[in-house]
Amino acid sequence: MKLGLVVDLDTCVGCHGCATACKQWNTSGTIGPLSDENPYGKDPNGAWLNRIRTYEVDDTPNSKTVNMPMSCMHCDNAACVTVCPTGASYKREEDGIVLVDQDKCMGCNLCSWACPYGARELDPQEGTMKKCTLCVDRIYDEKLPEDERKPACVMTCPTKSRVFGDFDDPNSEVSQLVRDRAGKQLMPELGYEPVNTYLPPRNKPVVEMYETTSLKDTVKGWVNKVIAR
Amino acid sequence: MHPAFSVLVFTVMSGAGYGLITLMILGHLFGLPQLQDSTVLLTGGGLAFALISGGLLSSTLHLANPKNAWRSFSRFKTSWLSREAVFAVLFYPFLLGYLANIWANGTEVTGIAQLAGFGAAALAMVTLFCTSMIYASLKTIRQWNSSLTPVNYIALGLMSGSLLLAAVQSAVTGDLSSTLHTIAMGLVVLGAVVKVIYLFWIGKPAGSTINTATGFTQASVRLLDQGHTSNGFLNNEFGYTVEANKLVRLRVLMVAIAFVLPFLLLLTSSAGLLVLAAILTIIGLLVERWLFFAEARHVVRLFHGDQRV
Repeated sequence: MKLGLVVDLDTCVGCHGCATACKQWNTSGTIGPLSDENPYGKDPNGAWLNRIRTYEVDDTPNSKTVNMPMSCMHCDNAACVTVCPTGASYKREEDGIVLVDQDKCMGCNLCSWACPYGARELDPQEGTMKKCTLCVDRIYDEKLPEDERKPACVMTCPTKSRVFGDFDDPNSEVSQLVRDRAGKQLMPELGYEPVNTYLPPRNKPVVEMYETTSLKDTVKGWVNKVIAR
Repeated sequence: MHPAFSVLVFTVMSGAGYGLITLMILGHLFGLPQLQDSTVLLTGGGLAFALISGGLLSSTLHLANPKNAWRSFSRFKTSWLSREAVFAVLFYPFLLGYLANIWANGTEVTGIAQLAGFGAAALAMVTLFCTSMIYASLKTIRQWNSSLTPVNYIALGLMSGSLLLAAVQSAVTGDLSSTLHTIAMGLVVLGAVVKVIYLFWIGKPAGSTINTATGFTQASVRLLDQGHTSNGFLNNEFGYTVEANKLVRLRVLMVAIAFVLPFLLLLTSSAGLLVLAAILTIIGLLVERWLFFAEARHVVRLFHGDQRV
C-alpha cells in the first residue's frame, strides 16, 4: 500500500481550510501539540504541517492564479529518513507514511535540510521535528464512520481539491485522477519520488483584451507621433 | 542557510584539531626529526584534544532537544551525522592511548605508538570526512552537494592544523622547523586553490528552479502570496539572505585573513609571527564557514518566490 494525496490545482481556491483543519486535528494528535510562539503578538511563529502558497503562472492575458497547498509528500526515496541520526524519522513499510517518533528526535534540523518540499517544521516549544502524519490516527480509527477515515485536510476541503487514497491500487480514485489529468510530481529532478501528486489546471479560454479604436484616438495617436518627430 | 554559530565554531575548531593531530602523528611516526620531542607532541596533542572536544561540545548547542543526543549513534548505516558521532567517539581511545604512551615511554616509535597513532590519524580524517558529508549529501542544497565540499573541509582542516603544528613546535622548542614551515606554506596554497575553485563553481547557475518546483515548466511563475503574515521556521532556517555586495566584501576578507596574510607571515620565517598566522587562519576560517552557510541556498526558497537557487 502506498498512501498519499492528490491535490487539484484547478479547483483549489486557496482558502487555507486544509491547513487550519490540519492544525486543529494534529495539535491534539499522535505527535503531540503543534505549539505556537507569540500567537497573538507582533511576530507569530509556530509549527504547521500544511502550507498554502499562491503563484501567478504565465503573463497577461494568459496568466492564471494557482494556489498550491503543500504538506509532506511521503516520498518513496525519503532522504529525511536516511539522514536522521537518531532513528526518530522513519517510513512505515505497510503504507509508506513517513513519521517522526517524538520520543527519539533530538532536534538537529538535518531532516528539514534534507527535505526539498519544506514539509518539516521544528516545534518552537518542544524542540522536536513535526510533520504531516497523513492523519495516521484518523485513517485507521475504526470508531469513526468509514467515510470519515480520511486525513483532516481531505475531510474539510470545500472544493474537494484534495483526494486521499492508495497509489499502489491502479483502480483507486487517486490513481485514476493521476492518469486522467496527467498528474505531476514537484521537483522530480531531485529523485525523491514524492507520492503526493498535483493535477495541473485545465486550459481555459483566454480573456479577450479590449482595445479602443475610435476615430478620435486614431487621430490623437497620429498627431502625437508627428509631434514626437 | 541560517549560519548557526555553534556549528561554525564546531567545524572550524574540530577541523583544525583533526588536521593538527593527523599531521603531528604522521610526522612523529615517519621520523621527522623536529617532532621527536615529547614536550612538543604532548602540547600539540593537548591542543588538538581541547579543540576537538570544545568543538564537539559546541555542536550539541544547536540541538533543540539535546536530551536525545545519545540516540545519534544508532543510525550508522544511513546517516552521515550518526557516522560522524560514532567515529568522533572511537577516535578518543586511540588519541589518549597515543598520548599516554608518549607521556610514559617517550617518543620512541614502538608497536603501541604505531597502532594508537595510525589509528588516531585515520579516525581523525574519517571523522572530518563524515562531517563534510553531512553537508555534501544534501541534494536540496546545490552549493553543498558536491565532492568539492569534502575536499574543502579536509584541505582547510589540514591547512589550519599545519599552521598550529608549526606554531606549537616553534613556541615549545624556540626554533623554527623548516620542514613544518614548508608543509604549512604548501597547505595554505592548496587550501586557497581549493577554496577559490569552490567559489567559482558555486557561481555557475544550475539546479532546480521555481518552474520545476511548482511543476509549471512551460511559463513564468511568480509568487503572489506566501500564505502567512510573519516568518515561520522555513523562512528563518532557509530564507537567510545577505546582500550581494556584503558577500563579496566578506569573500575578500576571508581570502585575506585565512590565506594571504598567513602566507605573508610565513614568508617572514619568524617564530612569533607563526602563532599570529595560525590565529589569523582560524579567524579567517570562521568567516569562511559563515560564508559556506550564508551562500548555500536551499530549494525551499523556490516555493517562497526565488526564481532559482
